[in-house]
Amino acid sequence: MASLSRADVEHVAHLARLGLTEAELARLEGQLNHILDQYAILTALDTEHIPPTAQTIAVENILRDDAAAGSLSVEQALSNAPERIGDHFVVPAIIGSEGGA
Amino acid sequence: MTDLTRLKAHEMAALLRAGKVSARDLVAAHLAAIERQDRALHAWLAVDRAGALAQAVEADRTIARARAEGRAALDALHPMLGIPVGLKDLVSVEGGQATAGSRILEGYVAPFDATVAARLKAVGAVIVGKTNMDEFAMGSSCEHSAYGPTSNPWDLARVPGGSSGGSAAAVAAYHVPVAIGTDTGGSIRQPASLCGIVGLRTTYGRVSRYGIVAFASSLDQIGPFGRDARDAAALLHAVAGRDDRDATSAPVEVPEELLRLPESDDEAASYLKGRRIGLPREYFAAGIDPGVAARVREAVAAMEQAGARVDEISLPHTDYGLATYYIIAPAEASSNLARFDGVKYGYHDRSSGDYIADYLATRGAGFGPEVKRRIMLGTYALSAGYYDAYYLKAQKVRTLIKSDFDAAWAAGFDAICAPVSPTVAFRIGEKVDDPVAMYLSDVCTLPINMAGLPGLSIPAGLSEGLPVGLQIIGSPFSELSMLRLARAYEGITARAPWRDLDPAELHLTDDPSTPSPMERMRATRAAARA
Repeated sequence: MASLSRADVEHVAHLARLGLTEAELARLEGQLNHILDQYAILTALDTEHIPPTAQTIAVENILRDDAAAGSLSVEQALSNAPERIGDHFVVPAIIGSEGGA
Repeated sequence: MTDLTRLKAHEMAALLRAGKVSARDLVAAHLAAIERQDRALHAWLAVDRAGALAQAVEADRTIARARAEGRAALDALHPMLGIPVGLKDLVSVEGGQATAGSRILEGYVAPFDATVAARLKAVGAVIVGKTNMDEFAMGSSCEHSAYGPTSNPWDLARVPGGSSGGSAAAVAAYHVPVAIGTDTGGSIRQPASLCGIVGLRTTYGRVSRYGIVAFASSLDQIGPFGRDARDAAALLHAVAGRDDRDATSAPVEVPEELLRLPESDDEAASYLKGRRIGLPREYFAAGIDPGVAARVREAVAAMEQAGARVDEISLPHTDYGLATYYIIAPAEASSNLARFDGVKYGYHDRSSGDYIADYLATRGAGFGPEVKRRIMLGTYALSAGYYDAYYLKAQKVRTLIKSDFDAAWAAGFDAICAPVSPTVAFRIGEKVDDPVAMYLSDVCTLPINMAGLPGLSIPAGLSEGLPVGLQIIGSPFSELSMLRLARAYEGITARAPWRDLDPAELHLTDDPSTPSPMERMRATRAAARA
């Protein structure tokens, strides 16, 4: 199976939106490769005709009545927001500053 | 008067109904033990003294009303009424913290009750506080808690196991008679084994997970800790069952017999006659401490002597469990933990750059090393070009692991017995810097999670002076049979010399000069550097 280069580790960290220090990246490169080595055991198994299992209990189509029920109030939902303005969460701007609020 | 904290929950319940003790006295005794001893143990992240006392007073009122109504009303009270309970700090309780052992949830205040908490309140249990855990339930020692490690009351230099190590240590130390944990790969059974108590990971779907901080959604399950099978069964009865707010909770009835496990040891032991127990040879392979294997074999031999039929069986895909788990669980975690973005709740590090820089800074500073490792593994396993080789492959092997167990149930086995942890409790600092060594702690428990099965750990004696758990694995939704089997094992070992021993170093936690687990960890680190 594959092994991870330092550039791969940086790429995966970016995909995962984890800001890592140089020391963390260096340590993770070694540790992740050591863990990936453990995965190699799986290549010995022929699974071509085995279906995947995503969940284990034989339960399907759990439906509820189409009835209105209570939920969190706006105040409760916002109560842990690091930043809010009125009844809104403040999110980081994702479009240019000229389009920002 | 006897020390109330030493009683089992069912003994406390009997005293409450007889009017010999009040719930207020009961909770006060437990709060005093926590205040006296928890500096040296650090099982708790939060103790709600005022809230617990208020709940106890309410329980006393309920009991007084029932007593006025008569015997039937008293008998109808749930055995958890007025009983102090600890909750792993990933269970939401309205108005309280739910850190999941992470900095990223420091200061978060839950705006609602988890179903487990709501059901405990509904039966009148007294929620004492929140217990320590590995961050986001990722770990086997509690050393990955952002708030510092927990000690094992049997040897304060050793870990209590994890991730529900705080709950297990608190129950073993008589800080509460029962507690709630979660088990994704062994996080109830392994700490129960290492602390010498009963812990039950329930069938996937048995207990609602609404209001629990998620780790790996196809594997996570809630379950009880207790100092005996009857207490674990009563706590399970209080929290189990279908919940409209968790679509994965199964519409399966919760048996009332959970509240009627036999009191008499002889009656309990008679359950063993004719039961078929499988002993999987793969669980006694290399890597299992000889002392652990010996205790488990002795326990099974004792059950055989009491009338059980024991056969060696094979679960041929056992060796693939670890690799499969460490693909699937991190993949699900990387997806679940994407919600921590510093916007809706939790820690937020405002960077000077763009929105991506904001996320990188928030998540980079908010998550600890083990959580970052798992997010990295999961993101990699799910990334373009690797999905088939890792995630899909692991899901297929999961099918094979599950089919091993299906074959055992089809062959007529009532339960499978195995070790819980390959070792007794290890030293604080021993494995924390070696992820693969830590992951191996769960090699005997995680296949059960892969198959969605229930698994129980029950004390089966000591090795090197430390507790060893016997694992009882059951078919889906067979918790009642498993607990009857566990109760039967208690019955046949009721006079064993290791029964009802005090954890060997619990008395040291009364000494204010005993170092805290954090001080022990720092000393270990300093010694390693020197």
